[in-house]
Amino acid sequence: MAEKIVVDARGSFCPGPLMELIARLKFAQVGDELEVLSTDKGSASDIPEWLHKVGHQLLGTREEAGVFHIALKKMK
Amino acid sequence: MKILIVGGGMGGTILGNNLARRLAPELRSGKVQLTMLSASDKHMYQPGLLYLCLGRMTPDELYRDQASLLEPGIEFQVDPVETFELDKNQVKTKSGKTVGYDILVIATGSRAAPEMIPGLAENAETFYTEQSALKMFKRLQAFQGGKVVIAVGVPHKCPMAPLEIAFMLDDYFKDRGIRDKVQLHYTYPIGRVHSLENVAKWAAPEFDRLGITYETLFNMKEVDGKNQVLKSEEGTEVKYDLLITIPAHKGMEVVEKNGLGAGGFIPTDKVKLTMDKRSNVYVIGDTTNIPISKAGSTVHYQAETLGENIAAIVKLGAPVREHDGKVFCFIECGKDRATYAMFNYTTPPDPKPPTRAVHWFKMAYNKLYWASARGLL
Repeated sequence: MAEKIVVDARGSFCPGPLMELIARLKFAQVGDELEVLSTDKGSASDIPEWLHKVGHQLLGTREEAGVFHIALKKMK
Repeated sequence: MKILIVGGGMGGTILGNNLARRLAPELRSGKVQLTMLSASDKHMYQPGLLYLCLGRMTPDELYRDQASLLEPGIEFQVDPVETFELDKNQVKTKSGKTVGYDILVIATGSRAAPEMIPGLAENAETFYTEQSALKMFKRLQAFQGGKVVIAVGVPHKCPMAPLEIAFMLDDYFKDRGIRDKVQLHYTYPIGRVHSLENVAKWAAPEFDRLGITYETLFNMKEVDGKNQVLKSEEGTEVKYDLLITIPAHKGMEVVEKNGLGAGGFIPTDKVKLTMDKRSNVYVIGDTTNIPISKAGSTVHYQAETLGENIAAIVKLGAPVREHDGKVFCFIECGKDRATYAMFNYTTPPDPKPPTRAVHWFKMAYNKLYWASARGLL
């Protein structure tokens, strides 16, 4: 399996974690796993909601020392 | 020491001039060589394209000869790099030259890539090149009414451009006396009208006040030109009479071809500005994958940090400061008022209500830019 793509959006106000994820997904392959790191609390709900809407797979979310880790798989 | 800058856009130019001043004695003595390789002998003021598409600037105002902007100590060559041989500390150029370096800076920028969305290039207007901005200008002039949809791809250069074009189109159609015949509809990829939360909080009520409708969580998937319908990844559709888009961007082809980063964006340390796993290769501006605005202002401040650090490496043997991620973006809010957003890696922006004074400052900056590129401002 390919190495997990880490989208380190900690402290990103602009474009922000979800925009950063959308951008990275464009250049990833179907089946690639990505992990978003975010210090923005809203991302922990916004990103899973968007993944569900668009049809990518949420693999899990966790918080560790103020950083939200959101893991996902590109499905299409 | 050989310093090589690849790219003659805003970042490369400000950095080159900054270094030429800081290292003037070393350049004179031959201790340092400073070379810039660029794909063009012209330098474009890219923010001017926003005005060009509305007929408020002309193409000649956007360009200067690149050589005229550079300090004498810089050896400038129009000879784009085709191959990066980072393990050998050298690049190969289009003309066949091999150019070695001790320190390499990659500042090749990004480009709109409408071809990533089926139907977009054929059916949508945009303003990210001179040619497309002129085409949009003519299309707008001929437009007599209907639904104008503004759609935004990710990533894109100049995060304020979507808002600016929406506000400026509102005034454009008012000035033509047909605003009542035009529906302006704005779409945005995430769940608010701008990536910056405070900017979104200010802009959404402005849209409401001006009668600009909007739809969030809308990522372009394809354009059905025959039926004039834009479809989103989220499964929604919007009909249009005139489609104006900020297309998603890619980094330059040479970066992709050399395998330096997915999508042409190079993995870069956000405070050191070094390329991932390379201590003598720096990356600035749109070329990086740093989660920060792709904007002239971003690279302006990065170039100043890097200029100070590279000069310190030459003079002291080590860099002296970390980059703080500072960005300052004007936001045009129509034809005669503007505000701004200033932020860095740790402090979010707090935009103030738009004023005429800030708009005129932006108008002045459109001219002062050339002093900025020379590293004087």
